[in-house]
Amino acid sequence: MKRLRRSMLFLPGNNPGMLQNGGIFAADSVILDLEDAVAPQEKDAARFLVAEALRSIDYGNSEKVVRINPLETFAERDIAVIAPSRPDVILIPKVQCSKDIEEISKMVSRYELLPGSIRLIALLETPQGIAQAHNIAGTGKRLSALALGAEDYTASLGATRSRYGEEIFFARMMVINAAAAASIQSIDTPFTDVDDIDGLQQDTVLAKKLGFKGKLVINPRQIDVIHEVFNPSNGEISWAVRVLEAIRQAEAEGSGVASLQGKMIDAPIVSRAEQIVHLARRLGLLKEGF
Amino acid sequence: MSELITFCGAFAKQPVQYRKAVRVKRMLPGISKVETSLEEVFNKIPITNGMTLSFHHHLRNGDQVVNLVLATAAKLGIRDLNIALSSVFPVHAPLIDHVCNGVVTGLDTNYLSGPVAKAISQGLLPQPIIMRTHGGRARAIECGQLPIDVAFIAAPCADSYGNLNGVMGKNACGSLGYAFPDAEYADYVVAITDCLEEYPLAQISISQTRVDYVVTIDSIGDAKGIVSGTTQVTKDPVGLKIAQMAAQVIQATGLLQDGFSFQTGAGGVSLAVAHYVRKMMQAGNITGSFALGGITGYMVDMLNDGCFQRLLDVQGFDMAAVRSLAANINHREIGADCYANPFNSGCAVNQLDAVILGATEIDTSFNVNVTTGSDGIIMGGSGGHSDAAAGAKVTIIVTNLLRGRLPIIVEKVLTVTTPGESVDVVVTERGIAVNPRRSDLRQRLADAGITVMNIEDLKLMAERIAGKPEQIVLADKVVALVEYRDGTIIDVVKQISSAN
Repeated sequence: MKRLRRSMLFLPGNNPGMLQNGGIFAADSVILDLEDAVAPQEKDAARFLVAEALRSIDYGNSEKVVRINPLETFAERDIAVIAPSRPDVILIPKVQCSKDIEEISKMVSRYELLPGSIRLIALLETPQGIAQAHNIAGTGKRLSALALGAEDYTASLGATRSRYGEEIFFARMMVINAAAAASIQSIDTPFTDVDDIDGLQQDTVLAKKLGFKGKLVINPRQIDVIHEVFNPSNGEISWAVRVLEAIRQAEAEGSGVASLQGKMIDAPIVSRAEQIVHLARRLGLLKEGF
Repeated sequence: MSELITFCGAFAKQPVQYRKAVRVKRMLPGISKVETSLEEVFNKIPITNGMTLSFHHHLRNGDQVVNLVLATAAKLGIRDLNIALSSVFPVHAPLIDHVCNGVVTGLDTNYLSGPVAKAISQGLLPQPIIMRTHGGRARAIECGQLPIDVAFIAAPCADSYGNLNGVMGKNACGSLGYAFPDAEYADYVVAITDCLEEYPLAQISISQTRVDYVVTIDSIGDAKGIVSGTTQVTKDPVGLKIAQMAAQVIQATGLLQDGFSFQTGAGGVSLAVAHYVRKMMQAGNITGSFALGGITGYMVDMLNDGCFQRLLDVQGFDMAAVRSLAANINHREIGADCYANPFNSGCAVNQLDAVILGATEIDTSFNVNVTTGSDGIIMGGSGGHSDAAAGAKVTIIVTNLLRGRLPIIVEKVLTVTTPGESVDVVVTERGIAVNPRRSDLRQRLADAGITVMNIEDLKLMAERIAGKPEQIVLADKVVALVEYRDGTIIDVVKQISSAN
């Protein structure tokens, strides 16, 4: 069963208060950040603080993710300290090619306590990374998802970030398609204006419509809005239930073909309905018995 | 000092007395009330050693009146004054010198913050101060337990014959509600204003019939200090989480329906609760009855949006509240007696469905401390806390489970401000506890799918994260008597020890 990653909340790795409270917001994942949130002279302290947080703070049901520094800087030093504290996932920034994943994977193997236990997520935030998305997505067994980091990416392009995100449409689709082709998840870039709740809602609706399975989150206030969008709506749940009901009825009647309101239900529709019902059940949005 | 009675239950004490008879006054035709100097008023009354002078906090940290009056007293060589100031703010720091010089020897208040609070905790005064609730102060004045010789009322606007309001003038502050009992019961009433209008004033909060003098000065206050600094909805994610959970609790109680009445503070988390409640009311097309207490622009917006039919305003916190009180007939000014006095024929807090209150500490018996900080130093007081908790159908305390490194839920609070029997629910970022006295509420919350924890488990959770702090050491000297709203003594504050 794939991990639910509707929301992945960044927590600055050098902020004890935020690290301590990170578990109370019910994000699907918390990302203890050693990269952008931490100044170079504080990397050392943050690394040990995050390792301690992983061992001692109860993050509830949230998946524990650590964003390390890029391969060419402190990645190995980060992994050496972090991996023994058993994070669920390491988020690798600025992934450029499949070789990056292989190298990080080897480093993790050197330091993790339980072989193969730590998963990886690749953050694609450069034009090279986006161009290599398909190769990256298919690299190794540890990789669980691709995530898009649009701020660095658009800066490299010389593009201007906008509220509606036209400039990142190509990158979004590359990430989504590459991830889907490799049967892993795709996670959307964060919405950076934390005061623009309407903008966040629209951006998340678009992300879900395009195919993303979740979104990076830079402020806990964004979580509820994102969950609301990624949760199946009442209409979707009701449709999915009716689809599966129709299939069940057709099977009971020995009919090979099921239809709903005059439209034939084919395999992709069944698959989509099953996913919705499955998610609704996991989120407690569907009563038992179905 | 009269005989002290120990607290024995929120509604145990019954009044068996008549109200204090007020001094009968007269004013002959042709006499002017207007004076241009405080000294002149001091001499005319006359103000003498040992008197009780009263003041109010509607100008909050922008108040200049207390300092001006006490400077006058000091200049005239008056000593041994008892100061009944409804709340003490940092701006009142000169009080400390007046105590050191013997001008002031007693303090009676509902809330203290800043240097005076610290100095009192360090044993500034030989006698303990009295800390009351807002409703308790009105009760004490009306029942003769706080006799006031002279009430000085800071008036943002006055006419020449002593009609006053708080909504006009350069230092408009809104409601003058805390001055109402003093105006009625003090032997002498002196209005101090920097905005003198012709008689009669268009809008009258306190009427001419009890005001003896009107003193004009350059400025009664500093407008910047009048507006409270905390009247915005918090952006702190932890505060927002607590607020959202508190709003869900209110919804689960079933009280959030047409006719809902509500009180919340001006602090960021309290206002955030209002924010979530507002969303729920709008989504459910609910029209509440009234919101009560200190009023902010946010509550004014809720009134204007149709969330409430009335605001009952005992104190304004920002200019939006001032403007609304001046212009909107559904925004009503009420006095401290009407707001919260337990010994009248019914005060407004009794009509509350839900109140949101804070805590510096809460214990496993649900007693709340809003009087002293973790260092034992006075940093607040009841204000309306105990009053609203006693009156409301559901009293919800919102607090972080940990503040800094300190667990907020403790075995026994350092100072009991509000008794646990009047507290129903505690909402923290890591869980909700319901007072065992309210099994009905616990059931309602459970029915709504809200997880309820035992308060002891919340306490343990905090201690697992932050450890158990050592008890602080206090000296033996009592520096403050904490009076419950009915006049009984619920706790005392002791002097902080130099050992800490």
